[in-house]
Amino acid sequence: MTTLEDATVTPVVLGGARGGPDTPTLRTDRYWVQPVITVVVLTSFVAYASWAAFVNRNYYAGKDLGRDLISPFYSPCLTASCVPGASHSPTISWWTISPALLILIFPLGFRMTCYYYRKAYYRSFWLAPPACAVSDAHGSYSGESRFPLILQNVHRYFFYFGLIFNVILTYDAILAFSQPGQGSGFGISVGTAVLCINATLLWLYSLSCHACRHLCGGGVKQFSKAPIRYKMWKFLTPLNGKHMLFAWMSLVFVAFTDLYIRLVASGTITDYGFHF
Amino acid sequence: MHEYETHDFDVIILGAGGAGLRAAIEARAMGLRTALVCKSLLGKAHTVMAEGGMAAAMGNVYSEDNWEVHFRDTMRGGKMLNNWRMAELHAKEAPDRVRELEEWGAIFDRTKDGLILQRDFGGHRYARLAHVGDRTGLELIRTLQQKAVADGIEVFMECKVLRLLRDEQGAVNGMVGYWRPSGKFVVFKAKSVVLATGGVGKSWMYTSNSWEGTGDGHAMALWAGADLIDMECIQFHPTGMVWPLSVRGILVTEGVRGDGGVLRNSEGNRFMFDYIPPMFQAETADSPEEADRWYDDHAAGRRPPELLPRDEVARSINAEVKAGRGSPHGGVFLDIASRRSAEDIRRRLPSMYHQFKELAGVDITAEAMEVGPTCHYIMGGVRVDADSTATTVAGLFAAGEVAGGMHGSNRLGGNSLSDLIVFGRRAGIGASEFAQGRSDVTIDEGQVQEVIEAAIAPFERESGENPYEIQQSLQETMQSLVGIIRTGSELEDALGKIEELEDRAANVALSGGTKYNPGWNLTTDLPSMLTVSRCTAMGALERKESRGGQTRNDFPTPDPEMGKVNFVERIADPAADTSGVGGTPSIRSITVQPEPIPVMPAELQALFEEAH
Amino acid sequence: MAEEIIRSTQSGKVTMRLWRGDEEGGDFVEYVMPAQEGEVVLDVIHRVQATAAPDLACRWNCKAGKCGSCSAEINGRPSLMCMTRMDTLDTTVPVTVAPMRSFPILRDLVTDVSYNYEVAKRIPPLAPREKTADEVEAGGYRMAQIDVERSQEFRKCIECFLCQNVCHVTRDHEENKTAYAGPRYFIRSAELEMHPLDTNDRRQLLQEEQGLSMCNITKCCTEVCPEHIKITDNAIIPLKERVVDAKYDPVAWLGRKIRNRTKKTASEAAALAPAQGPAAVMPPGGVHGIPQPHSGGTTVVVEELVDVDVNVLSDVTETPDPTSPNNPNL
Repeated sequence: MTTLEDATVTPVVLGGARGGPDTPTLRTDRYWVQPVITVVVLTSFVAYASWAAFVNRNYYAGKDLGRDLISPFYSPCLTASCVPGASHSPTISWWTISPALLILIFPLGFRMTCYYYRKAYYRSFWLAPPACAVSDAHGSYSGESRFPLILQNVHRYFFYFGLIFNVILTYDAILAFSQPGQGSGFGISVGTAVLCINATLLWLYSLSCHACRHLCGGGVKQFSKAPIRYKMWKFLTPLNGKHMLFAWMSLVFVAFTDLYIRLVASGTITDYGFHF
Repeated sequence: MHEYETHDFDVIILGAGGAGLRAAIEARAMGLRTALVCKSLLGKAHTVMAEGGMAAAMGNVYSEDNWEVHFRDTMRGGKMLNNWRMAELHAKEAPDRVRELEEWGAIFDRTKDGLILQRDFGGHRYARLAHVGDRTGLELIRTLQQKAVADGIEVFMECKVLRLLRDEQGAVNGMVGYWRPSGKFVVFKAKSVVLATGGVGKSWMYTSNSWEGTGDGHAMALWAGADLIDMECIQFHPTGMVWPLSVRGILVTEGVRGDGGVLRNSEGNRFMFDYIPPMFQAETADSPEEADRWYDDHAAGRRPPELLPRDEVARSINAEVKAGRGSPHGGVFLDIASRRSAEDIRRRLPSMYHQFKELAGVDITAEAMEVGPTCHYIMGGVRVDADSTATTVAGLFAAGEVAGGMHGSNRLGGNSLSDLIVFGRRAGIGASEFAQGRSDVTIDEGQVQEVIEAAIAPFERESGENPYEIQQSLQETMQSLVGIIRTGSELEDALGKIEELEDRAANVALSGGTKYNPGWNLTTDLPSMLTVSRCTAMGALERKESRGGQTRNDFPTPDPEMGKVNFVERIADPAADTSGVGGTPSIRSITVQPEPIPVMPAELQALFEEAH
Repeated sequence: MAEEIIRSTQSGKVTMRLWRGDEEGGDFVEYVMPAQEGEVVLDVIHRVQATAAPDLACRWNCKAGKCGSCSAEINGRPSLMCMTRMDTLDTTVPVTVAPMRSFPILRDLVTDVSYNYEVAKRIPPLAPREKTADEVEAGGYRMAQIDVERSQEFRKCIECFLCQNVCHVTRDHEENKTAYAGPRYFIRSAELEMHPLDTNDRRQLLQEEQGLSMCNITKCCTEVCPEHIKITDNAIIPLKERVVDAKYDPVAWLGRKIRNRTKKTASEAAALAPAQGPAAVMPPGGVHGIPQPHSGGTTVVVEELVDVDVNVLSDVTETPDPTSPNNPNL
């Protein structure tokens, strides 16, 4: 057998009697803790993000507060209904509900199709399986081979879009150094730091993505013939190992960033800082 | 009448380690109906335990290397007891065999210019071992396994063969065995049979061998009338784990020393400098400074004494421990932590790192390992013709550890994997050619029924011996009386004890049926374990000298006269005696006598007279 | 199971709760053994064999984590018995050892793993490119270390089949065994896909026939791997991404159309290969476990792959009976 054409399919014996007791699992450790945590955190995030996206106010701390801080849920703010100062581009007038709803599909899609989040929600929400060597809760199973889950294969397009968002949010973080009407007009506040950390974490999450690792170098057959892509792959590989960590950190922090700006914009708290 | 199933092949290879797989591939390529029969699952053979590499004078690292140097190293390592022709063929053919593996999917570590990287090992003048980290044996077996599967070779797994069958002329024509999972009996008809059953190490208490190393091939060859040679030459690998007790004997690769690791006693001294034998003085460093220079550039100093052949190192460790300078658990210290960076160690020796971390809780990048000698390999074995691997019995061939002669009295590290592929291939050719010239064989029904009857006899006894206790007694006997250092009186003692054990083994009682019954499996291994143990003890008693894997307290030096002979063991008329365990010939019917070793031709002799 | 159950809570003792039985059924039996320092689970099982139960079936070889024979489920976790130290387990309660769940039982702790050997036969081996003139002279292929390191990771595999056992695709859905290669054979394909000498393009085969898309990357294979191979991150996901390159990415497709491809597709490779029909090169060989029938089993023969066409890859001639009493779906 030397070529794929010669690959024969051999008989497989199905249905032999299995050993061990007929129980879903023999594990006695607390294997359910991790799926429970995942459910709690992801559900909380979705609930908060939905509320924050629909509420359509307090997402921008502008000139009146001497700041230029925009919530990542609302950036880029593309509709005509955006609060003054939040938008930096020609606006879409026909979109009348919350501007967040126009753009959130991209970060949401990126995370939904992310190889790490897939593991997390398949385990915790779908229970397929809830933990290793614990039986999954399904009568039949076809994995990601059919619609709709076959759409997971579009992950890399969401990754491309995610990069655009990272650029925009990085731009937002740079704008967060401006303090209109304060001294020289530039300064640093807690809000600046929050937006900078947020942008950094999002970059780390995107760069550690499996699709990114593949596109940058993993797809190369012979590294020695593609030294630059090998270097990129070499650089991304350790980041990829921390993808789960970055996924959670960036998720929690992006919600925190929105919350912080929301509290500042609504006047609940003061964004402490100094200006030059 | 006991029922059994029958399979008919041209060539049957017994054992699916490196040699067996390589033989099968060759026989299949020659167009013969070939089958592999093995005692375990495919791919689990003892070959996976080989770590350091396979020696082949490819000259990828040192272009000065060639087959002549390799040949000379092998002969000198074996203390000139080797079958010169085997050593010659091995040195000449190994490079091609290694390169061919690459075409079948093996992925060796690479040199800077992309060729197969070679590593230093004890007794090899140049860096010569093709390797993959410290799991070269796994790479070899997986490569051959995948090749065999792709070639469509029939593999019969978990099948224990009890006895070879012979026709009236005495030629081997098949074998009888049983499936371990079902306990049902099976007969294989074959025009020729290749033994590739590996070693005998399971008869010792502290051993690197798995349960399979029970000497089945050695014993079956003997029972079929073949000769065994130099069964006293057992290699104790100098570095096995010594603690915790449950892992005692598990191998620590020589690659640790090849990559810079050094041996120290409890006083922190590199004691190997005190044990350099005259034969190796000219090429061994006499100070740590000189030795350390050698690792980076072999021209800047002579080899460190830690890389002397294995017998020398094992004996030295033994002496240090006896002198009270051992480590807390009765070994010495093997230190690489202070000599290489943690990252380097993890990259070059990943399995060692995990083995110590997970089994002993020792981080080898931070602390020294405790190591001591462990029973590892038998140099002796079935006497074969170097070119065809034919034994002295028609239709029977042998390759790999089960064959004797290639390694003399001591094997160099790395020479066993290359031995497997060189002589595995030759066995495939030899057996195929024999099979091509032979007409269909018929099996003697009576022989089959006798073997089956004897195999299930233990189930018919109401009470009797526990096979595990007999195995343990045998291991204790061999460990304490036929260990690394031997004396005449102890060996005589051992022979008596082994005979006692034979009587006990004939009286084993079992229950629980034949289906995957480890107690029964062990019982059917006992006849071969007892047979090879007796051969080793007899040979050790007769060889009144110290040479390589045979060290006698009462004869502490080599005897030039003994260096000219093999001690040959055989059973004169094996068919006539069924008084041993399980219907085999009794171990008492084995005889031993010296016979001259083949004389090396002058042109090869000349290689040893050239100056170093 | 007639063995008497003696439970001891004394210190210095360990209670082993071992599965005893065969395809007819079975149960756990407890054995109380003296505790010894530094032991692994397999040591204690050997002591049980040598004393209380000489016929206790247990498969093992090297006892050093190198051969991958002694796979079992210890306290419900798929592990090698030889690499699980007793002092990592809570011995104040019985230590439970059961056979691997996903394979048919032979006896006690031993399962019939021949399914894996069947799958192995479906993986086309390395099809190396021709040697260059320089390589012919040098005697062997030239490959850079950085080009082989990825494949080398996968070749660390000791074929313990713990990943094949834990993977829920077949563990919980027996019927998927016909169409799913499993983690061990995904790393084998990844090894060859990333092999600098290989000329085959295996992506279609992986996607259409070996069930790559059945994997939902829940990473249990990686979790149980005793060799610490990053099966999911380094093999399965890269393979999925390669399939995306081939099948779901119009940008990559366009790029391939423009540039000359270096790899042969299945049909091109076949055209260049010597004229041999599949039957001619695949003799009726095979890796045989044992000749015993699997009780209640259904043999499913997937038709020989003659034409690698997207649509005709897995014509199943007979489907498993989902109502079989042995169907393990829970």
